[in-house]
Amino acid sequence: MSYQEKSTWGSGLITFIVYGYYLLAIEPQFRGVSIEGFGYASTMLWAIMAYIVATIVLHIIISIISPSEAGQEDQRDRDIYRFGEYVGQYLSAFGAFVALMMALAKWDYFWIANAIYLGFGAATFLSSIVKIVAYRRGL
Amino acid sequence: MGKSTKVTNSIRVLRFNAGEMTQAQLAEKLGITRQTVIAIEQGKYSPSLEVAFQIVQVFNVPLDEVFEYPNEG
Repeated sequence: MSYQEKSTWGSGLITFIVYGYYLLAIEPQFRGVSIEGFGYASTMLWAIMAYIVATIVLHIIISIISPSEAGQEDQRDRDIYRFGEYVGQYLSAFGAFVALMMALAKWDYFWIANAIYLGFGAATFLSSIVKIVAYRRGL
Repeated sequence: MGKSTKVTNSIRVLRFNAGEMTQAQLAEKLGITRQTVIAIEQGKYSPSLEVAFQIVQVFNVPLDEVFEYPNEG
């Protein structure tokens, strides 16, 4: 497995774990209770920071495990990366569109922020899946 | 895991004929990863024109001796 493929697996896994943890953390708070003034923002910011830190740590670990492959990337990696991002950006755009509609309809900030975050999270996860399939089955 | 390209190649045979060159050695000569050499050999990835010409230069054979495309006419 190449460095970039390991990186893709790790990113997908981190996205799944961090977003899953975020949902678990906020779910009890908005279930059946008023969400106005509810402090979801710090949880979301922590989740985003945790994702960034975990991704950096992941790349350090991969580099330590396979130092000769560290940072290696070729045309196929770039093609797969572009393809994955191309597919994933549809979900980002959809999330942004839904958030726009919510803003125009004057929905609570909570739902707008979460629609955007869900769009980003789902896009990152989907692009990881697409890249892994491309690595395994061919582009 | 099916092939994703119609382009077939004889890189494996050419490697064998070139003193049983390993995939890693070929990858190093081409400046690509061993996984990409494997993907090209298995028909899961069509290399760029530049890499295709580099492969031809490594084995010192004509392009159509390395890669083939089915005649659809």
